[in-house]
Amino acid sequence: MRKLLYILQKEFTQVFRDKAMLPIIFIIPIVQLLVLSYTATFEIKQVRLVVVDHDRTPESRDLVAKFSGSSFYKITNQVVEYAAAAELLKKGKADQFIIIEPKFASHLVTDRKANVQLITDAINGSAASLMSAYATAIIGEYNREIVVAITPLAGQSLPIRVEPSYWYNPELNYITYMVPGILVLLVTIIGLFLGSMNLVKEKEIGTIEQINVTPIKKYQFIAGKLIPFWVIANIDLAIGLLLAYFVFKIPVIGSVWLLFGVASIYLVAILSIGLVISTLTNTMQQAMFISWFFLVVFILMSGLFTPIESMPHWAQIIDYANPVAYFIKINRMIMLKGSGWPDIQNEVVILAGYAALLFTFSIWRYRKTV
Amino acid sequence: MWAFVKKEFFHIFRDYRSMVILFGMPIVMVLLFGFAITNDINNAKIGILDHSKDVVTRDIIQKLLSSGYFELDSYLKSNAEIEKLFKQGRVKEVVVFERDFARKMAESNGASVQVILDASEPNTANMLSSYTGAIINTYSMELMKQQMKIPVSIQVENRMMYNPEVKSVYMFVPGVITVLLMLVSAMMTSISITREKELGTMEALLVSPLRPIQIILGKVFPYVLLSFTNLIVILLLARFVFLMPIQGSLVLLLGESLLFIMMSLALGILISTISKTQQQAMLLSMFALMLPTILLSGFIFPVENMPLVLQLVSHLMPSKWFIIIVKNIMLKGTGILYFWKETLILIVMTLLFIGLSVKKFKIRLE
Amino acid sequence: MTERGNIIEVSHLVKKFGDFTANDDLNFEVKKGEIFGFLGANGAGKTTAIKILCGLSEPTSGIALVAGFDVGKYPDKVKERIGYMSQRFSLYNDLTVKENFRFYGGIYGLSSAAIKERTNYFLEKLEMEKTRNVVLSEIPLGWKQKLAFSVAIMHNPQVVFLDEPTGGVDPITRRQFWEMIYETAHHGTTVFVTTHYMDEAEYCERVSIMNEGRIVALGTPAQLKEKYQAQSMNDVFIKIAR
Repeated sequence: MRKLLYILQKEFTQVFRDKAMLPIIFIIPIVQLLVLSYTATFEIKQVRLVVVDHDRTPESRDLVAKFSGSSFYKITNQVVEYAAAAELLKKGKADQFIIIEPKFASHLVTDRKANVQLITDAINGSAASLMSAYATAIIGEYNREIVVAITPLAGQSLPIRVEPSYWYNPELNYITYMVPGILVLLVTIIGLFLGSMNLVKEKEIGTIEQINVTPIKKYQFIAGKLIPFWVIANIDLAIGLLLAYFVFKIPVIGSVWLLFGVASIYLVAILSIGLVISTLTNTMQQAMFISWFFLVVFILMSGLFTPIESMPHWAQIIDYANPVAYFIKINRMIMLKGSGWPDIQNEVVILAGYAALLFTFSIWRYRKTV
Repeated sequence: MWAFVKKEFFHIFRDYRSMVILFGMPIVMVLLFGFAITNDINNAKIGILDHSKDVVTRDIIQKLLSSGYFELDSYLKSNAEIEKLFKQGRVKEVVVFERDFARKMAESNGASVQVILDASEPNTANMLSSYTGAIINTYSMELMKQQMKIPVSIQVENRMMYNPEVKSVYMFVPGVITVLLMLVSAMMTSISITREKELGTMEALLVSPLRPIQIILGKVFPYVLLSFTNLIVILLLARFVFLMPIQGSLVLLLGESLLFIMMSLALGILISTISKTQQQAMLLSMFALMLPTILLSGFIFPVENMPLVLQLVSHLMPSKWFIIIVKNIMLKGTGILYFWKETLILIVMTLLFIGLSVKKFKIRLE
Repeated sequence: MTERGNIIEVSHLVKKFGDFTANDDLNFEVKKGEIFGFLGANGAGKTTAIKILCGLSEPTSGIALVAGFDVGKYPDKVKERIGYMSQRFSLYNDLTVKENFRFYGGIYGLSSAAIKERTNYFLEKLEMEKTRNVVLSEIPLGWKQKLAFSVAIMHNPQVVFLDEPTGGVDPITRRQFWEMIYETAHHGTTVFVTTHYMDEAEYCERVSIMNEGRIVALGTPAQLKEKYQAQSMNDVFIKIAR
């Protein structure tokens, strides 16, 4: 145990002496949190809409007014023909255009049926789905209004009213959703990169050999490499939570202690992955590439940006082995919904299992002899 | 000169771990983006709290569950259970039908369906809410039609341009190409040149009869080939696995890619003239190159929705312009007339980076 | 010379890397308190052998007893009893002199009091008290080598292995270094040293010379010079290596 303390003393001294390390550890995460929270958004604030109104009657103008009245849309152009609108879409100057057929108003009265064409730039699929859903909703609302206007006898619009209510985040603020996930991303990057680079660095400069001729136990050495970054990542998490509270006004609704408890278990798993990588590689460049690779795969599949439920079944099965996915889920639950221990216990038990397994594996993989 | 290039290849290929990553990465990324990562919502778990349990509510429930968007988690018994389900993260939405639903429909106020969403995921909540609304509204329209009450309906014809099946992979392939070209070209060259500096072998090369320009060309040439190979692999995957068409000219695409590779290499050389150690080069490429490339280029997140400051910063990202070009050629099938400005920006950036690194290099030699 | 016990006993030691045999049937003993020179051209297999003796590398076959324990079976027992200074400089450049001593002393299980005492002892002896709180990267190479040697013998090992300790060091420092080696041996620590400076070989009590993975000569410098009818160890070496 005393030996471990000496290793820790040395590791901390090295970390805090390295002028390049401090900004990496403490400044970059803050910048990441601030920048990512604003950039990592699928939220669509203003769709640039082009209107092709072939009808130009009060009715068609009413429909267009519905769009210009919505904060979601900004009508950038009114053009007279399809080709012009298509050109704007092609040039990337518009996101969507709506074509109102000739004789729209008279069709409504005579045929009781009229057509509207909605054309969306679908390169960004998710944005396109949202845009078309919004537009359809706006047209639907206009439809209900004219139903009331044209047939007063009905005296009502539709017999069923749909009343949505949004819990936990009534304003549908996207940043609120992203921040807990980004906090996880941040401690993961710190843990994985520092964990994997540190041991490899000793290999590269040759000091590992000197360590290996000492009678030090493998677990002492690995624990000595893990604990400093475990502490640092937890401090980063604390800083991140404070920023979330003061800058983004996102409090932790659930228990902060529970959050740190889970984070501590999670970090053992992530740092162990980093250490396993560093036992498998010889240079920092390799360690960095491999960490990067795992990081990208873990993060893409973590549900940070896209819902896990939408992934195909096989991908969801792979995700059972993705520690990042568990912690992002748990962190969102605790921070945003105030979930407690009974709600998350299954996930935490699995995480703890991974942590124990990976830590043991990293000790086993570390070879004092070649 | 040729011997020198051979030596570089030898260096690169001997490090098989990095090789695996360099060629494995694009494949895994494209496959992940193509198969696993999608923003579409299907099979979202919902809970249903039916206080009425009459013919109408059963009909509506049936309509919701057969839509493909929703999957039933459980029927709730009381309002108190809603909170519990959300906290456990079991459902994303709970649909609540009020008492005497069918009877109230006939009244002037109509009956109400409450749709409660877990908005801690705002986008999902938003989409689920609009899907639910659309399904229920369609149902009531049909009901009215049967009662001959429905007088007017506007048909909406939805067309998705450039990506009719709304596949996520269309959006991501140009981004993956950009990130990987950047990774291989800029990051690898900067690290490999810095390594020679660190090991002192750069000096040995500089005193050799090779001219500095030859040294640099010899260094970067293998990476040009590597980048090109990666590009081809990604394009083949996109074309044959995901059936993503290349609408525009392939030659133009390859030409523009070459320009972008040159730009990245110039950037990599510039980084290597600035940094003293491999670690510095790595961190610089990582944080000053990779992250901004991923975040601010419009690769995943649309730039237009970011705060103005970040939008301005994004103009400085070469990758942003390249992604626009790739999307134009591959998806919109446009020609150079539509992106000559972007191309020009890339050319200017390339020249600027080359100029800067030559200047830095000279200062160091003097 | 009084009869002393053996501290290292190597018999039929073989180390192969694939098809390549780095150590081919090595047999030799080193006596307690001896300064044993382990010579050979570059690539002769010296470093491979020394790594096996230190427990850094496992032998393919054969037995090596170091300080009474079989290295292949009980590497940690051996490691407690030996010191090692590698070819590559292996103290931490980003730690101060004192911190390096403290760290290595600590992981060898020395008490804080013992660490302090040993640190003071070495710094005084090397006349480097002023550098106590200086970061190692700012210290010249020759001094660093002496520090590395001190660190390697800090815990009073029974044997210390030195792998080309004087590479790249100026003649004066080399001289001082050998004075340290003599003093260490005088205190009872066996010194096992590899070098390719043949003048240094003259300082050893006994030397072995390796060529292509085998030990081709073993004895005191005087014996070897007589056997090969050479003026100096340099001549001996050239005759053997040819």
